[in-house]
Amino acid sequence: MSFRTPLARVRGIGSAKDGVHHWWMQRVTSVALIPLSLWMVYTLMRLTTSELSHAQNWLQSPLNALLLIAFLGASIYHAKLGVQVIIEDYVHQPFGKYSLLLTNTLGFVLLFLMAAMAVFKLHML
Amino acid sequence: MPESTSTPRTTMHERPLSPHLTIYKPQITSVLSISHRITGAFLSAGLLVFVAWLWIAAYCPESYAAFMECTSSWWGKSLLAAWSFAFFYHFLNGIRHLFWDMGKGLDLPAATRSGWITVIGSLFVTACVWYALLG
Repeated sequence: MSFRTPLARVRGIGSAKDGVHHWWMQRVTSVALIPLSLWMVYTLMRLTTSELSHAQNWLQSPLNALLLIAFLGASIYHAKLGVQVIIEDYVHQPFGKYSLLLTNTLGFVLLFLMAAMAVFKLHML
Repeated sequence: MPESTSTPRTTMHERPLSPHLTIYKPQITSVLSISHRITGAFLSAGLLVFVAWLWIAAYCPESYAAFMECTSSWWGKSLLAAWSFAFFYHFLNGIRHLFWDMGKGLDLPAATRSGWITVIGSLFVTACVWYALLG
């Protein structure tokens, strides 16, 4: 007879092998993105209808740089979580699945680093 | 007892499957659900382009003009329009999901109503935004 508790027997099964933290972080980033993405849309609409110099000045403000990096961080994390479930749902060969999952995570980490570097560089002009 | 034989890989591919996507009627629930995934994936690609834009502005100023020319081409503008629709759809349907997570609106009539609000709302808001930008 198995001496494992019901919880121990159930942990680690399913396509993702683990899940609640992912589910919760998807909701946390969604809630953060409600105001952040509305701000982003409004900002992009304003900036693309004004001149380039205005856009460069706009990013000198610490608040604007902060909100831009917050938006990029939340959306990149949200995107990574979303693409992760797509891979887990459709790829079942172990080699393909784990290499894609690794590429996904590392790719989005790299994307965030690039985003942070670019925003900071433009902010410090 | 017949001697055991392992299943050859070809046999697994020859076994019949019941039809599913080819026979199941598309409904507001299922169509909006897969659209949420498709718009999410499409928006992820858009994020790559958005970060590329920021990187080029910061570190490759000699390429910036060429990049902006692409955004004003017919295919560039079409992509931007598609991304804006995908964004508003994913945003509204995402809020619909958050209500479900709180246990609200899970019955079929409510889900159908909120589904139509999502579709019509995203078309309407996308049209308003582009009218404001171009009109």
